[in-house]
Amino acid sequence: MSGFRQDVEASIPALRRYARALTRDGDVADDLVQDTLVRALRAEHLFHGGDVRSWLYTILTNLNRNRLRSLSRRPSLMPIDDNDAVELAGPEAGGRDIERALATLVDEQRAALLLVVLEGLTYREVAQVQGVPIGTVMSRLARARAQVKSYLDGQRPQLRRVK
Amino acid sequence: MTDRDTPITDDELHAYVDGELSPERRKIVDAWLATHPDDAARVASWRAHAELIRIRYGGVAHNPVPPRLDVARLARNQRRWTFAAAAAMVIAFVSGGAAGWFGRGALEPPGPPPRTVTADALEAHKLYIAEVRHPIEVPASANHLNPWLSRRVVGIPTSLKAPDLSAFGLKLMGGRLLPWQPGQPAALFMYENAALERYTLYAVRVGGPDTSLHYDVSGNVAAVYWGDGEVRFVVSGPADREKLLKIGQAAYEQLASRTRT
Repeated sequence: MSGFRQDVEASIPALRRYARALTRDGDVADDLVQDTLVRALRAEHLFHGGDVRSWLYTILTNLNRNRLRSLSRRPSLMPIDDNDAVELAGPEAGGRDIERALATLVDEQRAALLLVVLEGLTYREVAQVQGVPIGTVMSRLARARAQVKSYLDGQRPQLRRVK
Repeated sequence: MTDRDTPITDDELHAYVDGELSPERRKIVDAWLATHPDDAARVASWRAHAELIRIRYGGVAHNPVPPRLDVARLARNQRRWTFAAAAAMVIAFVSGGAAGWFGRGALEPPGPPPRTVTADALEAHKLYIAEVRHPIEVPASANHLNPWLSRRVVGIPTSLKAPDLSAFGLKLMGGRLLPWQPGQPAALFMYENAALERYTLYAVRVGGPDTSLHYDVSGNVAAVYWGDGEVRFVVSGPADREKLLKIGQAAYEQLASRTRT
């Protein structure tokens, strides 16, 4: 197996983790990862050095954006089962809360937050993955954190404040 | 005034949490947080939420990878697809449209083969160059023409930009968005020369190998097409092989690499 393919293979667990947090659905996540791998393998000749994992995050992030766009005409993008809310105790409760909090984020903000806190990418790397300046990454991150905090503090989802 | 007296910005607090600060700035933020409990509380909550995210999803990376994500297997399928796509293209070229269509059904690669994109592009070309009053949807004078079509087709506002073909006497008239596949539109840019001949550049995002320039005739119009990164491009115009290849080459060079992920 080539070095490129080994690097791709070694990235799969992290890609699955990111995709799972991004989509909050195991099957959809693995569909995204599979699509990402297929495209990466097909485009191997286009990869001229650099970090394979960052490149794969880029492909996956773009594919997810396309997926959301094609779903955007459906009434409910990410149905969240409110019946779960009955079980408030137990170790699962915190996990579900953060999952719900992430679900309230704008897609780009969620991706920026996850790439930084879950995948450990630097701001510069996230800027490359999202194809935006670092300043944009930072404002996405700040908004994402403010929204998560406001959600978990028990407020209603924050309306965007205009300063 | 020293750095220590300057208020710490929110950006800096985030950078602090994410390990993006130099050791010197880090110390200054540490000192700031020691005397600013509100900021310290926010920083603590950001850290706690990050930890919740890692606890919730970190385990996914330790789960066994399902067989369908096996790289060796995906790479084998890849070769089969490439072969199937090549076979479908050969059939399409040798036997013309109908056989190409059936060939596509029998040996369908993951995306439509380039021949189908080219056929769609020629169809759009013939339809819209004949329009007298509404050949385009958005004029070249509109600033948003390129970013709009780029965003809709490639997902990134800066990837796709109508090439400058003024060296061939071609002036960009404008462009339009076309349906291509569900959720995946195509962009059509239109050019015109002093002789009122119209040329179009058609672009769709579809995976596939990079290809060199190919030429295909359909009646009195022809197409030069290629694949670059994730995008298939088709330049259509009057059937003049040498001229169209030159125009295609110029477009290819200007568009090269802009659309790679």
